[in-house]
Parts: sequence; C-alpha cells; structure tokens
Amino acid sequence: MLEPLEEKRYVLNLGPQHPATHGVLRVELEMEGEFIVKADPDIGYGHRAHEHMAENRNYLQFLPNMGRVDYLHALAYNQGYCMAVEKLIGLQVPERAEYIRVITSELNRISSHLLWFGAFLMDLGAFTPFLYCFDDRENILDLLDRVTGSRLTYCYYRFGGVPQDIDQEFIDGCRAFVKRLRGRWKDYDNLVTKNIIFIERTKGIGVITKEQCMLYGLTGPMVRGSGIPYDIRKKEPYSAYPQFDFEIPVGENGDTMDRYLVRLREMEQSLRIIEQALDKLPNGPIMAEKVPKRIKPAAGEVYAAVEAARGEFGCYIVSQGDVKPYRIKLRVPSYANLSILPEIAVDTLVADLVAILGSIDVVVPEIDR
Amino acid sequence: MDATIFGSDLVRMIIGLIGVIALVSVNALFLIWMERKVAAHIQLRPGPMEVGWHGSIQTIADALKLMGKELITPDDVDKPVYWLAPIVIFLPVLLSFLVIPFAPGLVIRDMNVGVLLILSFAALTVLAILMAGWSSNNKYAVLGSIRSVAQNVAYEIPLLITVMSIILMVGSFSLVDIVKAQEKYWFILLQPLAFILYITCATAETNRAPFDLPEAESELVAGFHTEYSGMRFALFFLAEYTNMFIVSALATVFFLGGWRGPFLPGWAWFFIKVYAMIFLIMWFRWTFPRVRFDQLITFAWKILIPLAFANLLLTAFLMKLF
Repeated sequence: MLEPLEEKRYVLNLGPQHPATHGVLRVELEMEGEFIVKADPDIGYGHRAHEHMAENRNYLQFLPNMGRVDYLHALAYNQGYCMAVEKLIGLQVPERAEYIRVITSELNRISSHLLWFGAFLMDLGAFTPFLYCFDDRENILDLLDRVTGSRLTYCYYRFGGVPQDIDQEFIDGCRAFVKRLRGRWKDYDNLVTKNIIFIERTKGIGVITKEQCMLYGLTGPMVRGSGIPYDIRKKEPYSAYPQFDFEIPVGENGDTMDRYLVRLREMEQSLRIIEQALDKLPNGPIMAEKVPKRIKPAAGEVYAAVEAARGEFGCYIVSQGDVKPYRIKLRVPSYANLSILPEIAVDTLVADLVAILGSIDVVVPEIDR
Repeated sequence: MDATIFGSDLVRMIIGLIGVIALVSVNALFLIWMERKVAAHIQLRPGPMEVGWHGSIQTIADALKLMGKELITPDDVDKPVYWLAPIVIFLPVLLSFLVIPFAPGLVIRDMNVGVLLILSFAALTVLAILMAGWSSNNKYAVLGSIRSVAQNVAYEIPLLITVMSIILMVGSFSLVDIVKAQEKYWFILLQPLAFILYITCATAETNRAPFDLPEAESELVAGFHTEYSGMRFALFFLAEYTNMFIVSALATVFFLGGWRGPFLPGWAWFFIKVYAMIFLIMWFRWTFPRVRFDQLITFAWKILIPLAFANLLLTAFLMKLF
C-alpha cells in the first residue's frame, strides 16, 4: 500500500551548529529521502542590535561597530559608514587618503574571497585548499595589521581620511604579495577549477536567473555570476575607483560554478587595482582639514553605498541635528543574498544545498546585525 | 591427527590471533599518525610535533584520552543494537587477517577460498554501519548509513568482478597462490585497468574520500557515528584504518607481487608495498573534493561495472588465446 507523499517527508535541521553553516545559521529542511522539498533559513541566533546601538552612541563611537558587522570585509563597511557621515557633514577626503582606502579595502576584499574559497571547497569536502588559502591570506593579515593595527575587526578609516599613513615597507609588501598571489592562480586552477569532481559538483547547481536576481535584490558576485555586470565601483563610482582600469567579471549560467569563477577573477581584478593605486599613489595629507571635534550634523538624510565582497553595502543615516544619529539602517548584502535560498534549494540534494550555501557566501553576523 | 591439531595448528592459530590483534592496534596507531603527517605536509604545515619525536606518540595520547571519555548513550537509542554495532564492525576486520600472506610461510591459515572469505567479511561492515545508523535514532546517522549501504553494495560488484579477472589468471582463490603466480610479472603490468578499478572500488569500500559520503562532515556532521563517543567511536575509527590496511594488503597481493622483491626480506617488502598503497589512498583524500551521492552511484553502475565486465571478458579471451 502506498503512503500519502506527505508522510514520507521529514524535517532535517541544518544548524544552528553544523559544519556547513559557517556560523549560527539554521536551515530547516523538509526532505523526501535525500531530496529537499522545502528549505527555510532561520536567522537571528547571533543578533547584536547594531542598528539600535547606533541610536545610543555618537557618530564616532559607532565606528568600531562597523568592523564587526561583516568581519571578513570590515574595511568596506568602515568605508560605507565613513562616506555616509562625510556626506552628511560635507567633508572632502584628500586624494592620498582615498588611495589608501582603496588599497586596503581591496586587500581586504581579496582576503575575504580567499577565505570564501577555502571554506567553499571545505564544504565540498576538499580540505587542503583551505590551508593553501590561509597561507596566502596570512600575508594580507600581516600587511593590514601593519597599517591598521588589527588583524580581523578593522577600525581604520576615520571621518575625513585615515589616521595613519602607509610606509614604504607596506608598499613593498603589497607588491610582493601581488606577485605571490599571481603565481598561485595556476595552483588553484590545477587543484580545483580543472578537477572533474569539482566541476561535476558545481556545474548547473543552484542556477539563478537574471529575473530572480532582480526580484530578490541580489548584489555582488551572486548577481554577476548570473551575467549582470552590477558593481557599485563602476555603476556609482566612489572614492578613487574611477581612476583605475579594471573589469567586472561576469558569469553566463548563474550556477555555482559561475559564482566561483566570478570571485576567482575578482581577486585578479583587485590585484590590478592595488597595483595601479600603488603606482599612482599621490603625496599629500591623509586627513581632511577642519574635521569637527564634535560631529553634530544638521537634520537630514543620507545614503552611501560601497561594493563589499558580498555585494552592495549601503548605509542610510537619518540625522535630526543631534550628536547621535536618529536612525541608521544598514543595507547588508548577505541578507538579501540568502533570501533566494528557499527558491533555488528546492529539488536539490543535501550535498547540493551545502554547495549552494557555500556559493552564496553568507556571513551570518552580517545577517544578524 | 590430534597431535597435529594441538602441536601445530591450534598453537599456530592462537599465536596468529594474538599477532593479528597486536598488528591491528599498532598499525592503527601508526596509520593515524601517518595520516596526520601526510595531511599536514600536503597542507604545508608540520602536523603533530609535541608528543614524542615529531609527534610520534601523539596517537597513543589520543587513544588514552578516548578511553577515559564517557560512553554516552542517548536516551532514545535502540540499546542492544547500539552497543553491538562497534563490535560488529570490528570483528570481521580482525578475521580478514587470517588469510593475508605477509611473507612466504607467514600466513595464519592458507585457505583455498581466501579471497571469498575476505570479500564476504568486508561485506559485513555494511551491516554494522546500518546497525549503528539505525539504532542511533538520529537523522544524520540514518542518512549516513543508508548512503553507506547503497555505496557498498554498488561498489562491491565491480570489486568482485575485477578480482575475478585476477583469479581467472591464477586459477585459485588462495592468496598464497596468487602471490606465487606473480613470479615473472606483477599483475599490475598485465592488468593495469583492473588495478585502477580496484583502487577506485577499494577507496569507496573503505568509505575514504572522495567517496566518504557516509561520514561527509559538511553535510551529515559525522554520518553514522554521530552519536558515538569514547572507545565506541574509537572502534569505528580503528575499523576504518584497519580496513584501509586490508584493501591495501589485497592490492599488494593481487597486483604488486605480494612479498616479492630483491634484497629485503619478504615481510619488509610486503609492508613497504602496503604502506605505499595506503599513502596513495591518503593522497586522494587530501586532494579531491567529495563526489555527490547520485554521481557516486551512477559512476559505479554505469562506468565501473561495464569496465570491470569488459576487463573480465578480455582477460578470459586472452587466457583462451594463449
């Protein structure tokens, strides 16, 4: 006798403590055998109320929080927030500071992508690439440690510039790193990109169409993997980015493989930006003149967006003329990117879901901001 | 008659079993250390360095730690089955050693059905994994054990057929006879395809990466042994490493000429070859990503089995010809 289909279904909890979720994300899976019928991401386990904290602090006091929203590409968040406040009080950042911001932010982007690369491969069951990436990433952390003073939760940019200049040793280290990482692409390609098992696991898995990208408000490598060249650095240029020559890599099919390739190529583009910025690095001050000691902007609203490693990070500030912001809304890319998971996870296997989740590259503290 | 049983056979069996248990324990300790070192050096790091010379007695420390751990029995497990599973997985592994020829004359029991004995004992592993997964009352464990059963059933067939082509050439199921038949050439030269098939199937049979789906940690946490702790977990671990030793020993016997080799004594050659095979299997694990479950099964039924059959037919044809 055949049972009704529903009775064969069961619920499998993926997380909140599960090796594939990279943080306290829980995905509730309704399964039929090994096939997923419904996937429901459950968030909020690590909620820290950053936005509410902003309402109780003055503008400068909130700055260190920005290193802790997305701890992997912290400098982009530094930059987004600083840009919003600079817009609000009308500060002009000097050229050299903009260059330093670009260099450090791109280094940070590469370190974020390298970590993603390793973690993604680990989800697919290959452990070794993870340690290769960490070996490379270590160089970036050392470089950024030298200039920012910390290795992970950076708080480096200030309103109107950067507090500390870069020195010759940092510049040499950057150049050496660019050369080193370029030499590594071949290893990565041979070890991973050309691996038949890897190709089989990622080709045609988790396809996202262009229309879905628009509907769900996806940004970053997710949308570029589907073939839409949307990148804030090009679409709404900020900082010193218009002065550099770089491309936006896009995929064709919008599957996991394309998102992988997009991120891999993005690292190369970031290297190009760093190289050009080091070549053109202007002299001059690193801090704007007349930065007010006490930031008390006039009433108004402002939005600034930057391209973080995971997509568009936007910072929306409402000021009512007080020393504290009335409201800060952080538009984080992972939140929107994760929202597509229930749609593309249907009818895949658990193993595929792990690959898709890896390719979305969520940073859970960013979702639970 | 009696005299031979008590005088030689029984004593021989007892000594053999003690030897096997000693070998299994020492071998597992060594293999775990070797795995860590191989993994570490592939991953550009030194691995365990603190306990003993280059961490050489690290695994002993770990084993002691595991012995001291609490044996957790979750509330809703099927207790008798849950307790039995680690033992059931370990016994057939021990028995497989009975027929492996380590050196000329150094075999506990040379049986004329040696190959069949080992393969049938290897099949028992599935039962233990199913017991562990089912009795744990845990979804990850059940999924892991279901995967394991499907995988082992699928991969046993090409494994058997591949081994059959060797047996066709030798005309005996005895492992000693198979080694003796490789006086002129190692079978790896005559049967390269069979060797590749064997290694693939053996990796899958022992649930090693890239076919380690029953315990795929990024999908199923720890698969069928998710709920096991302490020495029970250690027994599963021990069985996995001993299984690896057995499939490598079989590969040595079938394809690499067993104990044959110049200068060194037979047992030394045997162990060198076995550990070289184990190194190969470890190398796979630390290089490849994991395959997906449906791909794994498709690979077995659509590629490996036809290839194994083709190899068998070709062998039979050539045997008839010459």
